[in-house]
Amino acid sequence: MTSEHHARRTGWRSLRPWRGGQPRSRGRRRLGRAFRLVAALALAGGVYTVFAPGVSSAQPLSQDAQDGQALYAVNCASCHGPNAQGVTNRGPSLIGVGSAAVEFQVTTGRMPATRQEAQIEEKPPQLSDEQARKIGQYIQELGGGPQLPEGNDLAATGEDAIAQGGELFRINCASCHGNAGRGGALSSGKFAPSISGISQRQIYAAMLTGPQNMPVFGDNQLTPDQKREIIAYLENLKHDKDPGGWNIGRVGPVSEGLAIFLVGMVALVFTALWIAGKS
Amino acid sequence: MKRRTPELRALPAESLGALDDRLHSASPLRKILNKVFPDHWSFLLGELALWAFIILLLTGTFLTFFFDPSMEEVRYNGSYTPLRGVSMSRAYETSLNISFDVRGGLVIRQMHHWAALLFMAAIIVHMLRVFFTGAFRKPRELNWIVGLLLFWVGFLEGFCGYSLPDDGLSGTGLRIASAIMLSIPVVGSWLTTAIFGGEFPGTEIIPRLYIVHVLLVPALLVALISVHLALMVLQKHTQWPGPGRTNDNVVGERAYPRYATKMAGFFMIVFAVVAIMGGLFQINPIWLFGPYKAAAVSSASQPDWYVLFLEGSTRLFPNWEIRVADHTVPAIFWPAVVLPGILTVLPMLYPFLEARFTKDRASHHLLQRPRDVPTRTGLGAMAVSFYVVLTLSGGNDVIADKFHISLNATTWAGRIGLIVVPPLAYYVAHRICLGLQQHDREVLAHGIETGVIRRLPDGRFIEVHQPLGPVDEHGHGQLEYTGWAVPKKMNRVGALGPAIKGFFFPIEKPPQAPVSPAPQLPAESERREVEARR
Repeated sequence: MTSEHHARRTGWRSLRPWRGGQPRSRGRRRLGRAFRLVAALALAGGVYTVFAPGVSSAQPLSQDAQDGQALYAVNCASCHGPNAQGVTNRGPSLIGVGSAAVEFQVTTGRMPATRQEAQIEEKPPQLSDEQARKIGQYIQELGGGPQLPEGNDLAATGEDAIAQGGELFRINCASCHGNAGRGGALSSGKFAPSISGISQRQIYAAMLTGPQNMPVFGDNQLTPDQKREIIAYLENLKHDKDPGGWNIGRVGPVSEGLAIFLVGMVALVFTALWIAGKS
Repeated sequence: MKRRTPELRALPAESLGALDDRLHSASPLRKILNKVFPDHWSFLLGELALWAFIILLLTGTFLTFFFDPSMEEVRYNGSYTPLRGVSMSRAYETSLNISFDVRGGLVIRQMHHWAALLFMAAIIVHMLRVFFTGAFRKPRELNWIVGLLLFWVGFLEGFCGYSLPDDGLSGTGLRIASAIMLSIPVVGSWLTTAIFGGEFPGTEIIPRLYIVHVLLVPALLVALISVHLALMVLQKHTQWPGPGRTNDNVVGERAYPRYATKMAGFFMIVFAVVAIMGGLFQINPIWLFGPYKAAAVSSASQPDWYVLFLEGSTRLFPNWEIRVADHTVPAIFWPAVVLPGILTVLPMLYPFLEARFTKDRASHHLLQRPRDVPTRTGLGAMAVSFYVVLTLSGGNDVIADKFHISLNATTWAGRIGLIVVPPLAYYVAHRICLGLQQHDREVLAHGIETGVIRRLPDGRFIEVHQPLGPVDEHGHGQLEYTGWAVPKKMNRVGALGPAIKGFFFPIEKPPQAPVSPAPQLPAESERREVEARR
């Protein structure tokens, strides 16, 4: 700052003789050129400071965000950096991820993470929902990003909502999570987790932010209404009573093959032993 | 009344006599009813497959009343709300109706599917029994080949049935089947187009598979089963070696009444087990899979277990694409066309190969214990382990997911396992066979370990052995090993007395077991008085 001031003052002085129309000495011309450069730089910088969204803007953090910042400093900063800018090889930048991502990662217990691996696993949440909300508020005010709608009931209602959601689920989600939403393996230790037993807000947040290895289904890919329909379908799936009996894990023919040997064949081979032994 | 009674009593004899006058059926029937079947639990495994097949015919016939194999596009409006309003094929709609709107439809559908899995499982286990006991040897090579054909025809039948409901899972299976057919050099595209009536999936495949599933292949199965059983009756059943059993006789029970009673009882229990599984275990919940849409493929899309080994071979095979001139041979050709081809032909040739290598041209009606033919047992263990590695690899994504292993690691484990495990299995099985043989011979030479430790006057301890027969001057048994089961426990030679028969209460009085030294038992009458006093 001080050097800039100094340059500016010298610039003013050098301007006056040029207005007088006298031929300028070489030194003065050089001085003038330097001045114009400095002036243009100062103008560009000034305009930028006025219009650019300030990272360290004067806007003060809300009370929740300040609380969140304190929680962030304790729980998150070691990997994501003190200003959420990320740390190489440890944690990504959180600028622009939004409160939705924070809520998903923290309320499912994935964050704070235990260690670096192919995919961070779900575990009992380390922070309360309230704390997660505050950290989310901090990240939101810090860098913006996708936010969840209000409320805990995000399932669409209406005649066709479940059927529509089912169609959308089978096209967009089942390729990794499986038709019954029980999850499945991906390459190199990654996996699509089971969708049963997680809240509607978490499902919505997962679609919105694409946590871990999941792709983002932004509002232009799946509209908010479509997301709500998918949630309605998953809620229905959760309450599906398995009309055929015990579902053997709902993983398809693999567990069925196991069942026919462990139950059917074992029972009948013992029957054969019993019948043949009878004389 | 008095006059009619003797007539009534004579009625069966008279009417059957009249029937025999016309049909001359008495003597062939007597021959069949008197047919002798040897008794062993492992001889019931083939019967198990037969009963599963009967259940398949019964339940399958029920399903045909309600299933419409049409690929006409309809809008679902049945009882299952999560699919209401979804457009689907008529085949899928009627499958859903069977599950939700037909009374008893779901349990019959599930019984049909479980019976299909059981049918194939029983065939495999029966085949293993026949292989490991050498029952396929001359003169039964032809029946071995018929049995192998039964496996492959059953395989085809199962796959057609799996594909019929036109749900997301079965459509994915068909897609893979079409890809496999396409991979066959030169004829692939012609074959696929002919079978599917154009491009996959088209509107032809489900009606075609239906008629294959309910008429053509079942007819073939019935024909092959008839040949299989006729050959078994003609050539007579094999039997285990043992006292009184030779290569020229069959020792067992007559077909009627003993064996027939057992068969009927076994059928009822098989039916009961299938019904219990159909009622308690959910199988193939097609309503979760949705209608087949080419764009919607679920993770963990697997075929039924007996096709899983081909899924596994496809997953394990490297991505080698061979280009010859203008032709491409895709990688899937090798694991899904060539491998099953080898797996069909090689077992069929096995009886002849074994006869050639062992120079054994004789007819055999006595079975061999697996331990007595270590090479064959080792080869069988090799084949089984090969199949098991492939089958596990077919479900490796489920294994990776459930056990938290990297999917890539399971694929490589399968690749390495497929090469390393079979030779290892051969070696281990071979060694176990030799060990068991040696132990048999040891027991014949030294007798059964009694568990009685005796101290000799000079201070040595020895375990008393019970010889199985006469001994020579060194105390060694003189019995030769003849391929019979050798008793290895004192209980087997009568030390404990035979077990008390009866399921819940004794159906006969247990005979007095010989005990040494004889205890001072009270007389029979006194015992009864003692019981009465309590």
